[in-house]
Amino acid sequence: MMSTEGRGLILDEKLLFERSQPGRIGYSIANLDVPAIAPDSSMTRDEIAGFPELSEVDVVRHYTRLSTWNYGVDSGFYPLGSCTMKYNPKVNEAVARFPGFTDIHPQTPEALNQGALELMYNLQRDLCEISGFPAMTLQPAAGAQGELAGMLMIHAWHEAKGQKRHKVIIPDTAHGTNPASSALAGYEVITVASDGILSKEAVAAVMDDDVAALMVTNPNTLGLFEADIREICDLVHERGGLVYSDGANLNAMMGISRPGDLGIDVMHFNLHKTFSTPHGGGGPGSGPVGVAEKLKPFLPVPVVIKNADGYKLEYNCPESIGRLKSFHGHFGILVRAYSYILSMGGDGLKRATELAVLNANYIRARLEGEYDLPNKQRSLHEVVFSEDGLQNECHTLDVAKRLIDYGFHPPTIYFPLVVHGALMIEPTETESKQMIDEFCDALLMIAEEAKTTPELLKQAPVRAKVKRLDEATAARKPVLRWELE
Amino acid sequence: MDFPEGLKYTEDHEWVLVENDIATIGITDFAQDQLGDVVFVELPEVGDTVEVGKTFGVVESVKAVSDVYAPVSGEVVEVNEELPDEPEALNNSPYEAGWMAKIKLTDTAALDGLMDVVAYQEFVAKD
Amino acid sequence: MRYLPHTDVEVQQMLDQIGVSSIDELFSGIPENCRLNRPLDLPAAKSESETLSFLRGLAEQNSKTSDWDSFLGGGAYNHFIPSAIDQLVSRSEFYTAYTPYQPEISQGTLQAIFEFQTLICQLTGMDVANASMYDGASACAEAVLLTIRAGKKRNKVLLSQALPPQYRETVATYSRYLNVDLIDVPLQKGVTDQAELKSLLDDQVAAVVVGYPNYFGQMEDLAAIAELTHASGARLVAAVAEPLALALYKSPGELGADVVVGEGQSFGIPLSYGGPGIGFFAVHKKDMRVLPGRLVGETVDQDGQRGFVLTLATREQHIRREKATSNICSNQGMCILMVGIYLALHGKQGLRQLAELNYAKAGYAKDQIGQLDGFTVPYSGESFNEFVITCSEPVATLKKRLEQQGILAGISLGRDYPDLENGLLICVTEQNSREQIDRLVAALAGGES
Repeated sequence: MMSTEGRGLILDEKLLFERSQPGRIGYSIANLDVPAIAPDSSMTRDEIAGFPELSEVDVVRHYTRLSTWNYGVDSGFYPLGSCTMKYNPKVNEAVARFPGFTDIHPQTPEALNQGALELMYNLQRDLCEISGFPAMTLQPAAGAQGELAGMLMIHAWHEAKGQKRHKVIIPDTAHGTNPASSALAGYEVITVASDGILSKEAVAAVMDDDVAALMVTNPNTLGLFEADIREICDLVHERGGLVYSDGANLNAMMGISRPGDLGIDVMHFNLHKTFSTPHGGGGPGSGPVGVAEKLKPFLPVPVVIKNADGYKLEYNCPESIGRLKSFHGHFGILVRAYSYILSMGGDGLKRATELAVLNANYIRARLEGEYDLPNKQRSLHEVVFSEDGLQNECHTLDVAKRLIDYGFHPPTIYFPLVVHGALMIEPTETESKQMIDEFCDALLMIAEEAKTTPELLKQAPVRAKVKRLDEATAARKPVLRWELE
Repeated sequence: MDFPEGLKYTEDHEWVLVENDIATIGITDFAQDQLGDVVFVELPEVGDTVEVGKTFGVVESVKAVSDVYAPVSGEVVEVNEELPDEPEALNNSPYEAGWMAKIKLTDTAALDGLMDVVAYQEFVAKD
Repeated sequence: MRYLPHTDVEVQQMLDQIGVSSIDELFSGIPENCRLNRPLDLPAAKSESETLSFLRGLAEQNSKTSDWDSFLGGGAYNHFIPSAIDQLVSRSEFYTAYTPYQPEISQGTLQAIFEFQTLICQLTGMDVANASMYDGASACAEAVLLTIRAGKKRNKVLLSQALPPQYRETVATYSRYLNVDLIDVPLQKGVTDQAELKSLLDDQVAAVVVGYPNYFGQMEDLAAIAELTHASGARLVAAVAEPLALALYKSPGELGADVVVGEGQSFGIPLSYGGPGIGFFAVHKKDMRVLPGRLVGETVDQDGQRGFVLTLATREQHIRREKATSNICSNQGMCILMVGIYLALHGKQGLRQLAELNYAKAGYAKDQIGQLDGFTVPYSGESFNEFVITCSEPVATLKKRLEQQGILAGISLGRDYPDLENGLLICVTEQNSREQIDRLVAALAGGES
């Protein structure tokens, strides 16, 4: 039986700056073993006003206490739709901390870092196999940067062919990053309505000689596989366009279907979703991009290659879109993702996909009826309910907050925009039936509470560090930093 | 929900009060209710010319952004200077303290296309 | 597989509840012509011990800074990392959480970000800092885009040639199709040439971008550059690849910068072959609403208790879509923690002391090398912990020779700066002992002269 009872220990903790005591120190710095010199005093600053002064103990307690106010995958079920909050294996963390990975400088001659380059090369190769693309870049820092890289490559390809095209077609179910990345790549966005699944006709109606690309997410944000994707790719190609696929939902496809085989020209991965690297409170992520042969010359630099001398970072790529960041991608995240692929193997990855889809469908089966399901097609790794049918003016936000009292992280809410009061649930494969049953029990009880005691939803959460926060005041009178009084 | 008489309304949920050749503009009670807590307002500058159907301002709530479309054409002669500092006036008093701008009309023909209170109430009921 | 909890019995119970007979049936929405009808061609799964030993094998083929006398900098700095940092960031309540969309159960991340924003403001001398960008180079590119957005139809951007080359290249990538005219500002004695800058400035210039310190470790005269820039109505962007310098020198904000961006890797983040690091991004209040990225603000809950939330989100892609200030969806949460912990431990006194130590060590090395025959220190201006030398011997030969003595002598400048064909960028931090510096000097002297 689910319950909202229980006691936690929530300790208060001021800001670093409020804990500060003049003269207290938390550092240990090497001795000066060269002659002391000082720069021209007209160029130096006064002490940094307001900077904290704390002991090591102060700092350790501060961050330890802060950590206890957070909910992570290691705390419990985190069914945040579209984010693939799967378990973050500990061996990944262990290997990422090997000094041979952490203490290597990006400007070290390549011959001296062959292990790191081999790792990157192998990961490129494995991601190519998983996705069906012939070429890969590991440079992008995150999914959104991968989208930018992909759209820039598409733009560069058209440019190289002497074509000027101005528009990109994006379905209304897309993540906001898709239109934002397209705009950043110099394109105007044409939004198409999709009735759950994007139809060939809907694309044909807007596809013309001014369209550079179609940008799709497959499976889409409703968890539905774009069944007409091959025909849609053919259609776009016939009219001289390219197809970008957002790989956010690749967790529903590993070993089952490969985007590169379907006619997709470019796709980004989110290693922090599909390949188990930690989300880290918002990052760092990693967004490798796979491309079809024709886009290979445009990959960002550097490209990791292998030749007779070993592994190498190639910068001499005259048609490349250029550099996306300071060095060679989020290497520390690449190590974790590679560790995951090694641990899972091809069969393990496919099994992960199967169980992720099983879990989502099980949730759907348990909740359908009590929660409104606007799209009845067969869904894959996630399921999206609407708030229609909730009693007593209870909304999706209230359900989400009440789930916190039951000890769960809420699903993604109010996205995708096409579903009224969307409640987007993605369980991933690493959750047991037991955990999912407890979650479904809680949601069913909340639906019941909405009928009988709606104030429990309206007041929720009552068991977290803070109650509902006043977001309107935060935005009207922004306080974005602590100020010295 | 409040629907004052004597105002003209648009399908984009703006209201217009015409006095001589000056039109005062704001967003309706229905619009503010849909947006939720308004946190930020961007107004045109005095002297700007606005054109029917083109955006002349922006209203933001915590999680939504809404362009405000000019219901009439003309020159901006006055804006509600207090509104950017007190955006909640759009929620609390959409027809009075929450007015956005006054426009000197160059063309009164556009006024004919606006709804009266009865038509607007029907429009909202259907929406 | 140890991450997959399902027993066969449970799988069957779940299939029964769903009302299908097999898992395959769940994939019936995927047409046959979209299927992969063979197993993935990947190596078989490894056990945990095999994974560890295989990856240890790859790690051991790399050259750790601790095994070498390393004088490599150029945007990635070898600073000591206090033990407390990894212990604290290993708390999985931090690293297994996502973006704090649900503030009531994310106050740890949110308060840490609010503190980070404050620390960055204090360090840079600015009013508002965001919750971070990917790295210094991409933050610099986003800064350029901000100045274009805020610059009302101005579309020229002047980039100092001493802005790190990676930053210049990244700016070029980001602005490739945005109708931005990037113009290089030539150098004079290793810093931005002010006379040239003045002649390039006009009413179409949205921004001037300079490094502080610049790629050669030189401290630019930001105040003078700011005055010239502002006289033409443009914004000054200061890009800081080595933020430790800000503990010693006047802040860019104090000197008149309008946007301060940079790389925070120096503050407690491992080199990790160049990533992940963290970009920081700070502006004055007037540009608050055109900022890219996440922002955390203070507010109160229903009981009046202080709490923190993501705020001013209407700037962002998930709401404004193609009209957003950026497509970024990340903050570098883990790196925010590392930087926050590092700065909290070092504090007001420690950071200054560390900066002075770097300054003294680099100064000692510069002085010693400057006295060697066959080497010159071409720039006499103020430099922090990096400096340029030119050699009479070809740099490639010299680097190879020193490599054989266990020394990574520095970064060749010839590729990015043809005028400095025999130039080498040397970085000295608190991690380089006097013995290491003396070995470097002796090894340099030991070559052809």
